[in-house]
Amino acid sequence: MFHQLEGSQAIARAVALCRPGVICAYPITPQTHIVEGVGELVRDGHLEHCEFINVESEMAALSVAIGSQAAGVRSYTATSSQGLLHMIEAVYNASGLELPLVMTLGNRAIGAPINIWNDHSDAMSVRDTGWIMLFAETNQEAVDLHLQAFLIAEKVSCPVMVCVDGFILTHAYERVDIPSQEEVDEFLPPYTPRVSLDVDDPVAIGAMVSPDYFFEVRYLAHRRQMDSLEIICCVAESFWKKFGRDSGGLFHEYHTDGAETIVVTLGSVAGTIKDVVDELNASGEKFGVIALTSYRPFPADSLKNSLKNAARAIVVEKAFAIGIGGILFQEIELLMKNINVKIVSVVAGIGGRSITKSMLRECFLNKNSGENVFLGLNEDIVAKEYVPMKSHSCEGNVP
Amino acid sequence: MFQVRIHGRGGQGVVTAAEMLSIAAFLEKKYSQAFPSFGSERTGAPVVAFCRISDREIRLREPILEPNALIVQDKTVIESSHALDGILEGGYVLVNSSIPLSSCPKNVSLRCIDATGIALEYVGRPIPNAVLLGGFAALTSVIKIDSVIDAIKTKFSGAIAEKNISAAQVAYEKISGEN
Amino acid sequence: MSNFPLGNIGGTPTVQSDFARPNSLTGGHRGCQGCGEALGARCAIDAAHQTTGGKILVVNATGCLEVFSCCFPENSWSVPWLHSLFGNAPAVATGVAAALRSRGQDSIRVIAQGGDGATYDIGMGCLSGMFDRNDDVLYICYDNQAYMNTGVQRSGATPPLARTATTLPNKSYLGSDPQTGKNLPEIAMAHGIPYVATASIGNIRDLEQKVSRAINIRGSRYIQIHVPCPLGWGYPTAETIRIARLAVQCGLYPLFEGEYGKLVGSTPVEEPIPVESYLRPQRRFAHLFGKNVSANAVGVLQNIANGNMEKYRLNWEILDA
Repeated sequence: MFHQLEGSQAIARAVALCRPGVICAYPITPQTHIVEGVGELVRDGHLEHCEFINVESEMAALSVAIGSQAAGVRSYTATSSQGLLHMIEAVYNASGLELPLVMTLGNRAIGAPINIWNDHSDAMSVRDTGWIMLFAETNQEAVDLHLQAFLIAEKVSCPVMVCVDGFILTHAYERVDIPSQEEVDEFLPPYTPRVSLDVDDPVAIGAMVSPDYFFEVRYLAHRRQMDSLEIICCVAESFWKKFGRDSGGLFHEYHTDGAETIVVTLGSVAGTIKDVVDELNASGEKFGVIALTSYRPFPADSLKNSLKNAARAIVVEKAFAIGIGGILFQEIELLMKNINVKIVSVVAGIGGRSITKSMLRECFLNKNSGENVFLGLNEDIVAKEYVPMKSHSCEGNVP
Repeated sequence: MFQVRIHGRGGQGVVTAAEMLSIAAFLEKKYSQAFPSFGSERTGAPVVAFCRISDREIRLREPILEPNALIVQDKTVIESSHALDGILEGGYVLVNSSIPLSSCPKNVSLRCIDATGIALEYVGRPIPNAVLLGGFAALTSVIKIDSVIDAIKTKFSGAIAEKNISAAQVAYEKISGEN
Repeated sequence: MSNFPLGNIGGTPTVQSDFARPNSLTGGHRGCQGCGEALGARCAIDAAHQTTGGKILVVNATGCLEVFSCCFPENSWSVPWLHSLFGNAPAVATGVAAALRSRGQDSIRVIAQGGDGATYDIGMGCLSGMFDRNDDVLYICYDNQAYMNTGVQRSGATPPLARTATTLPNKSYLGSDPQTGKNLPEIAMAHGIPYVATASIGNIRDLEQKVSRAINIRGSRYIQIHVPCPLGWGYPTAETIRIARLAVQCGLYPLFEGEYGKLVGSTPVEEPIPVESYLRPQRRFAHLFGKNVSANAVGVLQNIANGNMEKYRLNWEILDA
């Protein structure tokens, strides 16, 4: 049924439809409305047998979820930015223990300087933690990805993080189709843990592992996550059959057939990019878009296949690694080595800087741009603040 | 696509106004998208919210730079927030003011209405958002007053909803009379 | 503890003296010879196991106990056991308890356990959160008064003037500063939780009784067990029980119980001894007895013991009066 809802409320309803048994909440902007929303649904009795727990930190939020999931109950939490960093140790722990919990990440920049606005620095900081990471383009997809996330997590026995652009999606009111409980119940069966704490069948979870076995444990986690590419596709397909929506999967292609330039991106900015591409194509250009849904596992082979016939790929991303540059860019560049496709890095939207159609249009049409574009950067501020380091500053305390 | 930007101050229900507007459009089977000027503004600080209304799916996520209509809930932010910037020619500007606005930059339909006064009279609180949406329906005809009323009911309940609806209707009649 | 009948001298038999004891922590683990923590953990978990008929789930913080008891592919625990991280055991246990509530399995009891580093320091926030919510968990702290797993560094439970790897005494420094350290049982009591107790492996019967009592109380409970560490404290491995008893007898480790924030009982010290009798056998205090050290140094610790005697009413004479 269609509703006009705030993204956070839509996600809250989707999570509730998945019948988690334990939800932990700790406030951090911009994910706060999500846990407030599920909390209200629990207290109003919409969610049976669900424990809603207000915790004292993000570290505790994920730790509580780790405990409850290990005790065999479907568990959920949400966070953003500094909160994700605060729980980082538990982020690794959840995947290491193969606990299929689901967490929403309301994407936000990381400080200092403190900044509450949207970018993908938080998600990128945990890209190697062993979680499956899915990015939503719209609030409808955010809803759909949450329904799929529990199924994927439980099939693979790996935690899933659903990344939703902070404010841009979490605080936006949009038309969202929320399925019925019956439909979701048919799609997502009750959770049957592979291993859990059980007084009748005692097991030890979380042993210390020596060099004799640790390598294999990590390698197997990698193998399983690569295998999950297939599970992600398969879940998206059964979702399509059940709900009639093309949500999830590895990535969404838009006008990529015969495209000379393909713009690759993550998250909600794909919508703005599609609008720009439509206008450009109407004037005779040949642009396509790939919106990556599954960032981890990274769908290398499929992506390579979709990009190989283009002349140029522009990677638009809302994060970069200081000291090297665009992150998704590097991954795609590596993927396309020895293939004659020019890869351009466009870093934009950092710390909530608006990404406008006109900015993108100009950027996409500039075929002579360098390989590293910082789009929307205020050059005046940079010129004023940037003091070049002198080579003599290496020689001791030269003032 | 019809794009609306709403200016005001924290505590005046600016964000709620954009949300109600999007709900009103949704109720008319249109696509709509409302979002705030994401920030950590406290009560009294200038606030901006946006609403897009369209017959097709809205994919665009940029802030509204060239609105078809502006709602100004507090005229003291006009200068400080550059509230009138980017308004399209032939667009609409609805200002919460008991006195007429001295100047308006372009060829736009400008209306002033004492929304705070109406809100105080009918609702008993100086929250002008619902009142201005009633006026907006009359000024632009982009949404129907009935949809505004239904949208108000989704955000408020009981006596507060009824009072806000009455206030919105008063503004609707008043602006309709001036058209 | 291998001598089963020993625990039966006088009074009710202990769980440990029972041939059918659960052996929650079985032999073959990698704890040091004379490890007080291994002993404390077995006594505590066995007592909880027997009281609940085996219906317990155990969450363990990172630390010596975790490392020596469960090193893949070996495991010394015969109870369901979960280790997540160093600083989050109380929160993980909260999650386990929540899962049981969600499944309607309230008869299964949850225990979280960790050393003093996990409890006093890195996990303090999570522990306080667990107490704040009054989550249905029994938290047991095995207090050996320093970070033993990493090689005896100072923790918030390290007593004043103790030598650790990070408080090495020298000519002008006598070890952990006299004005430092915290009283976690009191902090636990300040949360107003249903039950707080201190115990010692020098008094197994008392320890078992406290655990057996605590395990079935609903809400947050905290038991702190004094577990001497031969390696970290520097005494012969056969002396663990004796050292533990000396700590209690001199008043430096008062055994008491609190309910809902109030002190409700303490175990009197029959014949108080000077703290020196407890300190002298330990290398971690050896520097206090060197040639040029003023007697005042030991006096600092004696004052603490005297204060405990009064505060927790440990003296028979006070009790009689």
